[in-house]
Amino acid sequence: MTTASAPVLEIRDLSVSFPTETGTVSAVDGVSLDLAAGEIVGMVGESGCGKSVTAMSIAGLLPGSARVTGSVRLDGTQLVGARESALRRVRGREIAYIFQEPMTSLNPVLTVGRQIGEVLQVHERMSRRAARARAVELLTLVGIPSAAQRVDGYPHQLSGGMRQRVMIAMAVACGPKVLVADEPTTALDVTVQAGILHVLRDLRDRLGTSVLIITHDLGVIADIADRVVVMYAGRVVEQAPVDDLFAHPRHRYTAGLLSASPQPGRHAGTDRLTEIPGLVPVLASQPDACTFADRCPAADERCRTAAPPLEGIGGADHVAACWYPCTTAPTAAQEANR
Amino acid sequence: MTPQPNALEIADLVMHFGPVRAVDGVSLTIPRGRVTALVGESGSGKSTVGRCVVRLVEPTAGTVRIAGTDVTHLSRRRLRPHRGAVSIVFQDPAASLDPRMLVGEIVAEPLRLAGKRISRRDRDARVAPQLERVGLRAEVARRYPHELSGGQRQRVSIARALISEPMLLIADEPTSALDVSVQASVLNLLADLQRDIGFACLFITHDLSAVEYLADDIAVMYLGQLVETGSRERIFARPAHPYTQALLSAAPVADPVRQRHRQPVLLGDDLPSALDPPSGCRFRTRCPLAFDRCATEVPAQTAIGDGMAACHLVRPDGTGPDVRTADPSEVLS
Repeated sequence: MTTASAPVLEIRDLSVSFPTETGTVSAVDGVSLDLAAGEIVGMVGESGCGKSVTAMSIAGLLPGSARVTGSVRLDGTQLVGARESALRRVRGREIAYIFQEPMTSLNPVLTVGRQIGEVLQVHERMSRRAARARAVELLTLVGIPSAAQRVDGYPHQLSGGMRQRVMIAMAVACGPKVLVADEPTTALDVTVQAGILHVLRDLRDRLGTSVLIITHDLGVIADIADRVVVMYAGRVVEQAPVDDLFAHPRHRYTAGLLSASPQPGRHAGTDRLTEIPGLVPVLASQPDACTFADRCPAADERCRTAAPPLEGIGGADHVAACWYPCTTAPTAAQEANR
Repeated sequence: MTPQPNALEIADLVMHFGPVRAVDGVSLTIPRGRVTALVGESGSGKSTVGRCVVRLVEPTAGTVRIAGTDVTHLSRRRLRPHRGAVSIVFQDPAASLDPRMLVGEIVAEPLRLAGKRISRRDRDARVAPQLERVGLRAEVARRYPHELSGGQRQRVSIARALISEPMLLIADEPTSALDVSVQASVLNLLADLQRDIGFACLFITHDLSAVEYLADDIAVMYLGQLVETGSRERIFARPAHPYTQALLSAAPVADPVRQRHRQPVLLGDDLPSALDPPSGCRFRTRCPLAFDRCATEVPAQTAIGDGMAACHLVRPDGTGPDVRTADPSEVLS
């Protein structure tokens, strides 16, 4: 779903580093991405690749010690370096978050209705009664049965999936333009996950919310994302429409990731999973090298001495940062289709 | 006793923790050298089955036989000679390896517990090939767990589990805590070791793609009971129980073209409480096809090939309706 209109969220050259005892650690290194209205962008990568730090930095949620440079524009308004009071108006109202573990994000001693209502009372200056009524509507919207009763319940009375639905209700209470969902289904069972993904898609369709969904699960990406951003060691290494990315991965890391996950119809007796040798590098700025070079089958001297730029490959909407991109690497999924 | 007893025979296993009926009548057999996957959602009791088999807990009722020996109620002392026959690998290697022990000590621990007095040199000689077998260099024996990556730690857990040459390995979500690229190497390793050594394996997981990759047979668990068992081929091609069907339909496939043509069966989020499971069929509160009889009568197990399905709608010939093709308007949203 590419649109010609200006993106709702525009991230340019975003870098985040943290001072530590042993020097500065660069967690995010020059990330750029756009989120169009009503678009669902999936950000995928392994733990420690900078997905969550990128997400947190969008609305200035990182601790004060973080050094954030670059630009994050929400409908043209610069958020990097914005005053705390300005950010507070944006958070929850324009940009809302949901996180992996709903129980730690909910207050155990307040009813569900109070917690959803609080958002509305703060941002929309609603009365308590009106906020409660709206909370019931929101709970219905996210598919919670008998919402009128559940609104007076406490988080511990809800299952994990229901709690995540409450978090989503809270997040969309003020009709945000952007919803950032950081591993929203990782703690949930697959049957429950399917329901949560359904709710997110439904919200996009009905409210036009743009969604940035962060996950390590390629199945989730295949299910819900319009466009995919692949991160590795703090950098975006590839970005493409979802079909194109799975069918024609250009970056060697993306290709490796796709063939490393078991596919339907594959069994150990006849088939081996492709391993990616080595480890995700410890985050440190390597300005003059491809961060994947040490694990890459195609790497040579050039990869270790110059960082490849993120360039269009096979169309402007498919970019990859690789000196030797894959030309035709059919994925296991494609092969299984034949 | 038969000359070649099965690696594992569980009969009517019950494990109650106070009022919580975690496991409520599970029977399962794993022949020697076969990999059986035990799948189900969190809270279904699958890990408790594994813990009963290695006797980390003593079952409330039922029997557990390992290589023909009934270990259900053996005392710690009487159990010790049989400890080597079954090992377990846990989900989180950071939590299951003692941070104060060297890797070499960790891997040799089962030998020490078996009462074998061995010198340090002997120990190192025994440990080195084990580490090599799981793809680690022998020098790793002199490191501490915190010096290793997650994937390396899980390899250490596997080496520790296999040093006693067990007949049965319990692998409880062995790859769930690992990154995708590391998961692949651990799954490959387990597959290679299983083929080369030939141990039987109870592979406990919620990851259906890993199940298809590794398992020979599959047992599906729901709220303390098995709802379906069968070969991998049959379960993936023709799942008979509505829960198995829903589970397979809900697991996303990492292929956008195919994934978007699939229609997941949405079950609703609430797994009923194991304190007070539903009457009749335990799945009926979430089953899109449930009818009156499901509430009043516990479904019998209908034999399908080598396995079974416990559902009123499964006909004696093993066929039945499929919730994945049922009218979506009947399906809960």
